[in-house]
Amino acid sequence: MSAIKAKHQRLILVLIALVALIGAALLAIYALRNQASYFYLPADIAAKPPEPGRAIRLGGMVEGGSLRTDADGVTIHFIVGDGKNRVPVTFKGIVPDLFKEGSGVVAEGKMSPDKTFVADNLLAKHDEKYVPREMKDMTEAQARAAVKETR
Amino acid sequence: MHGFANPARFLRLAQWLAPLLLTLGLVLASAAMAWGVFVAPADALQGETVRIVYLHVPTAWLGMGGWTAIALASLTELVWRHPLAGIAGRAIAIPGAIFAAICLATGSIWGRPAWGTWWVWDGRLTSMLVLFFLYLAYAALADAARRDGEGSSRIPAIFGIVGAVNIPVIHYSVLWWNSLHQPPSITMGQSAMAAEFLVPLLVSTVGFSCLFGAVVLMRMRAILADQQAEARLRRKAMAA
Repeated sequence: MSAIKAKHQRLILVLIALVALIGAALLAIYALRNQASYFYLPADIAAKPPEPGRAIRLGGMVEGGSLRTDADGVTIHFIVGDGKNRVPVTFKGIVPDLFKEGSGVVAEGKMSPDKTFVADNLLAKHDEKYVPREMKDMTEAQARAAVKETR
Repeated sequence: MHGFANPARFLRLAQWLAPLLLTLGLVLASAAMAWGVFVAPADALQGETVRIVYLHVPTAWLGMGGWTAIALASLTELVWRHPLAGIAGRAIAIPGAIFAAICLATGSIWGRPAWGTWWVWDGRLTSMLVLFFLYLAYAALADAARRDGEGSSRIPAIFGIVGAVNIPVIHYSVLWWNSLHQPPSITMGQSAMAAEFLVPLLVSTVGFSCLFGAVVLMRMRAILADQQAEARLRRKAMAA
């Protein structure tokens, strides 16, 4: 066998191995598609309600205007939504800096029997947008337009 | 490509390219760091912590780019038996691991104020940690293969290609799965990042890429010099 031929043979072998490898990876990712998610969306909770008391994570947007604080000053109530479904959440403790209405949140806790989510930890989720502080006083739509202009 | 099969030709190129990249990288990276810390604005939401992005994102990209280069070198090694391919893989492994580690550390430091936690086991963070471990494993495997001598460089090469599966997983982890890490701000042709952040970030990326390239070239030269010294010692021992 000439040298060129051996080279081609190796190339074909490597390509076959690559196809098998990518196939295996795709199958593994397909099998993981639900398990590898870090949190449930309100839609997932609505579709498949987790049993009360099981530790889960709930993620979504804090609905605007839904945040209220109890008289004790540390217990808060808000609604996590994903556009379609909504889950009321109760949390007692210190919230992260980026936690606010209209932005993303991941709550760790469990569903209580009355369909509210009792969180024992809150994580703020930052989105992909980066806006300078000078634009902060603009409305969100104005800031987005400004970001778009600079593209 | 086989023009560089002769190490002397590669060495002649590396001799001037490595210091050039090193100088360029040091100037651009430090300028971008200073720009990011003193000139660029604070983010509306994150405040001052946004400044870590100028270190976090370039190291993340280069950590992933480094393994892509290892995979290409591995392919070249397996198919064309190019003498420099294995050396390039070994040269990339250590800076790749260091860049992945910087990415993980800076991300963790940013996560504490922004998310409220140092670490979570979501898809992005976990796959990036796996990349760091893959680099360490590759470096150990390539070193063991080298000590075994000729012909055993195929094993790290196979590992280099198999490990490449993790690269698209890192990239798509934030799109396939719900994750705490945000989706990419910069995608093909558009950016959700204001230009005030984007420009220093790109300068920083170019700078760190130059630094990465310079380190790889210097390490390749060192590995080649090592091999030459070993060969010479062997010849001396044979003659004696």
